[in-house]
Amino acid sequence: MVDVSIPQLVDWLSRFRDLVTENRAYLTELDSAIGDADHGSNMARGMGAVMDKLGAATPATADELFKTVGMTLVSSVGGASGPLYGTFFLRFGTTAGAVSQLDAAALSAALHAGLGGVLARGKAEAGDKTMFDAMNPAIEALDAAIAGGADVAAATSAAAQAAAAGRDATEPLVARKGRASYLGDRSAGHLDPGATSTAYLFTALAAATA
Amino acid sequence: MKKLINDPATVLADSLVGVAAAHPELRVDHENRIVYRGTPTRAGKVAIVSGGGSGHEPLHGGFVGLGMLDAAISGEVFTSPTPDQVEAATKGADGGAGVLHIVKNYTGDVMNFEMAAELSEGVNVETVVTNDDVAVEDSTWTAGRRGVGVTVLLEKIVGAAAEEGLDLQAVAALARRVNDSGRSMGMALTSCTVPAAGKPTFEIPDDMMEMGVGIHGEPGRHRVPMAAASSVAEQLVAPILADLDFTGGPNIVMLNGMGGTPLIELYLMFGEVKKLLDAAGVEVARTLVGNYITSLDMAGCSVTILKADDEILKFWDAPVNTPGLRWGI
Repeated sequence: MVDVSIPQLVDWLSRFRDLVTENRAYLTELDSAIGDADHGSNMARGMGAVMDKLGAATPATADELFKTVGMTLVSSVGGASGPLYGTFFLRFGTTAGAVSQLDAAALSAALHAGLGGVLARGKAEAGDKTMFDAMNPAIEALDAAIAGGADVAAATSAAAQAAAAGRDATEPLVARKGRASYLGDRSAGHLDPGATSTAYLFTALAAATA
Repeated sequence: MKKLINDPATVLADSLVGVAAAHPELRVDHENRIVYRGTPTRAGKVAIVSGGGSGHEPLHGGFVGLGMLDAAISGEVFTSPTPDQVEAATKGADGGAGVLHIVKNYTGDVMNFEMAAELSEGVNVETVVTNDDVAVEDSTWTAGRRGVGVTVLLEKIVGAAAEEGLDLQAVAALARRVNDSGRSMGMALTSCTVPAAGKPTFEIPDDMMEMGVGIHGEPGRHRVPMAAASSVAEQLVAPILADLDFTGGPNIVMLNGMGGTPLIELYLMFGEVKKLLDAAGVEVARTLVGNYITSLDMAGCSVTILKADDEILKFWDAPVNTPGLRWGI
């Protein structure tokens, strides 16, 4: 089984930066319908700052790498996305540990820890119309693929597909968390911006580990 | 939209330069966008720290000074400050007796302050989250009620309590009691315009008003036809009185401007509110009329009613010396 290396993990982050930057206007448009119209610019700014920092010095181990990523997001994104994505990467790194590569099981464990951080911070449940609705099915799909004997590339590809399906499934939902929840029924009929950026996160992971 | 700015991207930084220039008695950390008192927190005094997105001035930076806040952190307009900023203010303001975070109930603010409290190792932090806006239905299916006008009254009251030497637990308990005893409701005649956006946050026809609007221009309960001030007052006061019983004791009442409504109208509105409260048997013991928690240039107002008692009134009357609130000095 092929392991995921530090350069691949950095490539994951780089591709995620590219996706949120290319789709900055789209994410902001989604957010303006049910939030405060800053998700695209906030994520693009945050991931830009992350890649600037990693460009200056790339840590050699996963724990240090993702600590840098998490703290940079926390200090540069603001809003709710900063703490949510920041906590995701901080917990991901802590669980990954001081290693230079992750096998499929270690990748799954780190993703689960990240998801746990998002849950602890955001207290969201399935169907609340949040990033959890893309992240949770993605990790479930990854685990199922691994259990079925798939390699990392096939597992992350399954995760990306599940994240996209989870994102699409947020459209009819009524938001129960965050600023969108104040809209009540009026939040239905729009994709959740957080679930949309989370789908990019898994698209980027699949591409970096293909 | 015409604004007195140099560049939409530098509004906050440029404004803090002005705060520092106008108030040599305060200390401004421009890098972290923190306003501190000019002198460090007295040893043994609980530090009161608040913050949030800017655009609500004088909240929070204008309430730093004797008898109120020890530090205030500014985020970008309508955007929560980040955990590292809040951590810097928490460590910078701590006088050894711990720090009370006063946080308005918005998802971003709550998360960023929560992370900051976790990061501030070695400092004892208590948090009160204000959530007094009756316009939002409080259910498990929303992020809960928004923190609005009560935040101003709470910062004054717990600021005085900390000044008197109450310990962190006692100050936090008082803060929660004040939050639980207050309710607010706001309305808008016009939208606000965020400098970076350059256009109004929402469109509203000339003959309509937004009842229950939030302090970021969030939609309210409903959009209704424009009406006389007496009717507007009724639509603001009724939901507050329906939510909590304010009879049988003294109350502090604030008629707050959203930033774009002149004082002559705010006083007119207060007169209408007072008539309604008299008729409902709600005793008005103290009042505050003016622009205290604003929404940039939005026209409109909000009403806040806080059930008081002897202790709360004592702390309300205690000396305060800040750019935004000053008496008894």
